[in-house]
Amino acid sequence: MPEVRLEKITKIFDKNIVGLKDFNLQVKDKEFVTILGPSGSGKSTALRIIAGLERQDKGEVFIDGINVSRIPPQERNIAFVFQSYALYPHMNVYENIAVGLRIKGYSQNEIKTRVQEVAELLEISDLLKRKPKTLSGGQRQRVALARAIAKRPKVFLLDEPLSNLDAILRERMRTELKLLFKRISGTVIYVTHDQAEAISLSDKIALIDKGRLRQLGSTDELYYQPKDLFVASFLGTPPINTFEVTIKEGNFVFGPYSFKIPEKYWPKIKNISKLILGIRPEDIKVYLKPEPSSFVCNISTVEKMSGYAILNLNCQNKTLKAVVERDFITSIREENLWIKFNEDKLYLFNRDTQQLL
Amino acid sequence: MSLSFINFGETDKLSTKKYRFSPIIYGLTQISFYLLVIFIVILHLAPFLWQVICSLKNVDEIYSLPLKYIPSKISLSAYRDLISNPLFLRYLLNSILISLSTTFFCLLLASLSGYALSRLSLRFKTFFQFLLLIACLFPQIIFLVPLYELMANLKLINKPLALVLPYVTFSLPLAVWVMTGFFQTIPKEIEEQAIIDGFSRLKILTKIILPLSRPALATCAILIFIGPFAWNEFLFSLSFMIKDTSRTVPVGIALLSGASMYEMPWNKICAACVLTTLPLIIFVIIFQKRIIEGLTRGALK
Amino acid sequence: MPKSFDEQKFGLLLILPSFILLGLVALYPILRNLILSFTENDQFIGIKNFILLFQDERFKSSLFNTLLFCLISVPLQLFLGLVFALILQQRFFTRGFVRTSVFLPWALPTAVMAVAWKWIFNDTYGVFNDILLRLQIIKEPLAWLGKPDLAFFCIILAEVWKCTPFVTVILLAGLQSIPPELYEAISVDGANTLQRFRLITLPLLRPFLLVALVFRTIQALGVFDSIWVLTGGGPGGSTEPISLYVYDTVFRYLKFSYGSTMVIFSFILSLIFVFIFYKFWGDRQIEY
Repeated sequence: MPEVRLEKITKIFDKNIVGLKDFNLQVKDKEFVTILGPSGSGKSTALRIIAGLERQDKGEVFIDGINVSRIPPQERNIAFVFQSYALYPHMNVYENIAVGLRIKGYSQNEIKTRVQEVAELLEISDLLKRKPKTLSGGQRQRVALARAIAKRPKVFLLDEPLSNLDAILRERMRTELKLLFKRISGTVIYVTHDQAEAISLSDKIALIDKGRLRQLGSTDELYYQPKDLFVASFLGTPPINTFEVTIKEGNFVFGPYSFKIPEKYWPKIKNISKLILGIRPEDIKVYLKPEPSSFVCNISTVEKMSGYAILNLNCQNKTLKAVVERDFITSIREENLWIKFNEDKLYLFNRDTQQLL
Repeated sequence: MSLSFINFGETDKLSTKKYRFSPIIYGLTQISFYLLVIFIVILHLAPFLWQVICSLKNVDEIYSLPLKYIPSKISLSAYRDLISNPLFLRYLLNSILISLSTTFFCLLLASLSGYALSRLSLRFKTFFQFLLLIACLFPQIIFLVPLYELMANLKLINKPLALVLPYVTFSLPLAVWVMTGFFQTIPKEIEEQAIIDGFSRLKILTKIILPLSRPALATCAILIFIGPFAWNEFLFSLSFMIKDTSRTVPVGIALLSGASMYEMPWNKICAACVLTTLPLIIFVIIFQKRIIEGLTRGALK
Repeated sequence: MPKSFDEQKFGLLLILPSFILLGLVALYPILRNLILSFTENDQFIGIKNFILLFQDERFKSSLFNTLLFCLISVPLQLFLGLVFALILQQRFFTRGFVRTSVFLPWALPTAVMAVAWKWIFNDTYGVFNDILLRLQIIKEPLAWLGKPDLAFFCIILAEVWKCTPFVTVILLAGLQSIPPELYEAISVDGANTLQRFRLITLPLLRPFLLVALVFRTIQALGVFDSIWVLTGGGPGGSTEPISLYVYDTVFRYLKFSYGSTMVIFSFILSLIFVFIFYKFWGDRQIEY
């Protein structure tokens, strides 16, 4: 039975700004699901509605089979980690973690045991007597996590917890979070706009845009079988290359280039003359010299990253991005390169609806 | 009140508070809230409103029973008498003169001091702040005797300066805090740029800082004027202004209502009260946002 | 910016006039009081004044009145100020108007409004008696300003009406300084409305409550304007606070030095209060 379920949640803010529209979500027990989306897409709203911090206008929320739609947050048995951690400034770390347990009526001993247990788990045992304002960003985050875990809630809700950390810390915490939630084996709903975070941490991703759910599925599903152009473009760094192609006599034609359409795509292109072709940067093969059925491109810029490089190529006034190994760069002598697409990895999208064919 | 809520992970004993989000309870809460708000507003405005009503009654109605809450005939006779009373007008004039002078000078000093405090770290800064604290913390009575002595020695009794000096002094703490707070919001880079460009410190103050400060100056001026040491002040005015023609209007009214209670009818006294408080009320209404903002910022310090 | 000598000079120049004024009008009187209380007509008499003070029945009575006045009016102001601040914190229609009305009493002249209260409490023509009679809370008009207990009630009412806005504004600032996320977090932690108030609002309001408490108490110790107008200290001295007795002593009996003695006593009393408040409420750890 799914642990958390959202059914047709709609929320409209003042002045008719749509927060969420008919948003559905199913999260199974012990699953780690990320609600991923750009700023203002409604992901935080969805999370807050699950928590009870906002009230939906339409739709129902279920936690562990119970309809909690009209129950206030204090009775939903959840834990929420805020983007800014929301630690109580007037209490020390111990108190911050203990207060939720105290309210629920645990004995002093039980509280002490729990707090120490969770402090060890998050390596903050020596910080228990400190006040939040004396802690670093990373330490505060651990306290926020400890507070959540100590309560042993039904669901963990995390609202962009890594956004306020610097890049190095963020990477480290990402790994730690993954380990942490694996150890606890809890149900987690995570919100972020960072697709790398989403891909690395979650079992499933719910991609949301402008208040609507675009696709719900495993990371692989969203990456290799995106429902539409939006999903395809959102996941993947650098993002997928897309451009319009026409179909003529069994070939994809764009500009002066054309190549034969591989057999496996034939069923998809019945009665279609134009579509949008997508190819991911890592699926573009780059050659220093012309190869059979390759196209020539002009090098626009080279971005050297650690371990790989991004080539911005100018092909007939379209910019394509390709990813190559670092060493490849050193062997580039000229301004032109030849590229070929990996024909197994083509994405075909309907030109008007932008859906995957 | 022990609240042992259900333990997690296991089945929830469903909360009996399911009605929490029901529209009926919500409606009732809203109504009682607004009733409370109305009651609070009435409480706060009632004394003043009653004065207004009574000031519009004529002499017979004021002393008639049962009490009328709405005057049967609005009469401005009380106001007419007051305005034609030279002594009352003199009181008003004194108040206006003294309050405006206080506001002006206090504003001047507070701006200069506020600027110095916000920008420059001076050795005497703490001592200065200590003096400010003394001036605002302790009640007036503590300063009364020596100040009277001082004013008498300086031969300032019955002269406006006797009031302006202490008024400016005791208005300084709040004014300085408001101005300091404001100056701290002006980025230092602006002045640093000006210094690099060769401006003298004085020029920076007058040509750059001053024009930027207009809103804060306005807020500060209002706070001084409606504060306890300008228009509204009583004790020092009562003590230092002994001659009738030097008195300010709060003292004037208090005396009128005291000794000569049987000579001046209450509708006239009420009218005097209204006339005295009206300018303040108008100020508060027009500038209410500014005032509350200014005080709030001061309070946060 | 380097702290150059020029900067120091300039800054000092800016502060100088205020400095002088404060020194003359604020600091000097306190010191002068000290001197005056130990002298009589410019002759040093030691602690004679203080001995007289402790034997002075009228002083003891005025001290009692003052302390009772503080004890009743200040907590009342804090409580009401908190209630009003909590209400004004909510967003509702006409909030701006309500805020202005709640703030108004502080802006009006104490003495003038005391005259208004005098009229309201008038035993024959006063509206207070009228309303009470109409609501049948009392059967006959009461002499509000004529009986000691009733008069005390009147001066407290006038003071609370006038001074609560000050507390309200401070507490409102305090309430607005609390990040709303803390309330959300404690909700998720399981707290109901009352618990949220106890665990978040009150502790985080503490510094503001302390400021309000200190200022209101010290000002209440020196209350003068409203009582002078309303009751003049009567009936029979039952509402006379220290400040009124000082005023009488100085301006009626012309006993300057004795007046200073009383003032010094008041001053020390204020300091003791400030000290106690800060000690017990200032930096205490949050208990549970």
